[in-house]
Amino acid sequence: DCPGTGSTQAGRAAACQGCPNQRLCAAGATAPDPAEAAELRERLRGVKHTVLVLSGKGGVGKSTFSALLAHGLAADETKQVALLDIDICGPSIPKMMGLEGEQVHQSGSGWSPVYVEENLGVMSAGFLLSSPDDAVIWRGPKKNGLIKQFLRDVDWGEIDYLIVDTPPGTSDEHLSIVQYLSAVHIDGAVIITTPQEVSLQDVRKEINFCHKVKLPIIGVVENMSGFICPKCKNESQIFPPTTGGAEKMCQNFNISLLGKVPLDPQIGKSCDRGQSFLSEAPESPATLSYRNIIQRIQEYCDQHHFQEEKII
Amino acid sequence: LSERNNLAGVRHILLVLSGKGGVGKSTISTQLALALRHSGKKVGILDVDLCGPSIPRMLRAQDSDVHQCDSGWVPVFVDQEKSISLMSIGFLLEKPDDAVVWRGPKKNALIKQFVADVAWGDLDFLIVDTPPGTSDEHISTIEALRPYKSLGAVLVTTPQ
Repeated sequence: DCPGTGSTQAGRAAACQGCPNQRLCAAGATAPDPAEAAELRERLRGVKHTVLVLSGKGGVGKSTFSALLAHGLAADETKQVALLDIDICGPSIPKMMGLEGEQVHQSGSGWSPVYVEENLGVMSAGFLLSSPDDAVIWRGPKKNGLIKQFLRDVDWGEIDYLIVDTPPGTSDEHLSIVQYLSAVHIDGAVIITTPQEVSLQDVRKEINFCHKVKLPIIGVVENMSGFICPKCKNESQIFPPTTGGAEKMCQNFNISLLGKVPLDPQIGKSCDRGQSFLSEAPESPATLSYRNIIQRIQEYCDQHHFQEEKII
Repeated sequence: LSERNNLAGVRHILLVLSGKGGVGKSTISTQLALALRHSGKKVGILDVDLCGPSIPRMLRAQDSDVHQCDSGWVPVFVDQEKSISLMSIGFLLEKPDDAVVWRGPKKNALIKQFVADVAWGDLDFLIVDTPPGTSDEHISTIEALRPYKSLGAVLVTTPQ
């Protein structure tokens, strides 16, 4: 029977012989070979926890959340945090972290991440462009190649948390990162959505993607969840949850709702200016939500680690 | 060009693009189609967002099926008067929450089919809604459409 078009066996399994799609599936399936896998395992040996930030939908706040998660975790100076941006066509992380114009340097031990703080390093395709408006018009295989380089050639060192920001969708980048990181270990995925059905319908696909590739889901974050007017304090639903929002979806899928973050115009401004919203607006209800969510993710990772140690 | 040219009856092709996700490409594509219909035009929408097809729901056509005819696939008509027709991968999924987890080559093959094998008939406008980015879907769509007609693009953004 068909192993599934997204499987590592796609196009290669016995059942694929004679299937009209075989050539296409085989062309796409690029699971890391054992030598590659060993190389990646060695390179990423020092990474304790890995969290993927996903959505099916664009523009819901993945990069915003990834950046704030990185800042939040790096507030503990004893922790080393790395933020990897694998959105190759639309890399937002350099701007959001105030690192536009930075370049990647090479050393004997590989590519150096760009450091925001001593304990917070960043890597993004954005750093490889000669000019910020250059379009990266690449097909899948070339994108996959760069993602592999990000994992293999960057000198990440000892990291407590590796956060991976992804582009919208369920395609090359997502398959590749899951396949390449399978050599190591992924704690889980944080899935971002907004309350309206048009977002949720894409996000449900992402949840099914996670199930398909056996990626644990840490939980869902609902962004743009209401707006509190700073003057009259009235709450409005800018993106009404016409089908129950993330809450209902999480109930249906039996996954955790990590939290809801209200709209705050300061969030967009901080991102545009490359500053941490958490530092710029410490009193905002959105900051409180983000901090609670970050704490829950930390707790999930710590529990996970504890369970792993018990098994060993 | 293939023997049957399913785009021969299409007068104008408009691509709706952004680099960014979530800025309102599908929303604008839909509203543009509805506005053009309101002014008496026949409109087709080709939704090449394979991972996140939003157009069927926006036109309340999410439960429709696609049928075949001699010239290829029959697009879904979203209204009684048959003035708006639509093709989207959304119609080909067994279940609406099924993820389309395809790498580039497979996406490219389907897009070529969507361009060549949908029997659009006579249209004033074919609006092509795209996913965010500048990758496989965009390259394949433009490569497939360019031989037929001159193309125009509308770019959508938000202020930040």
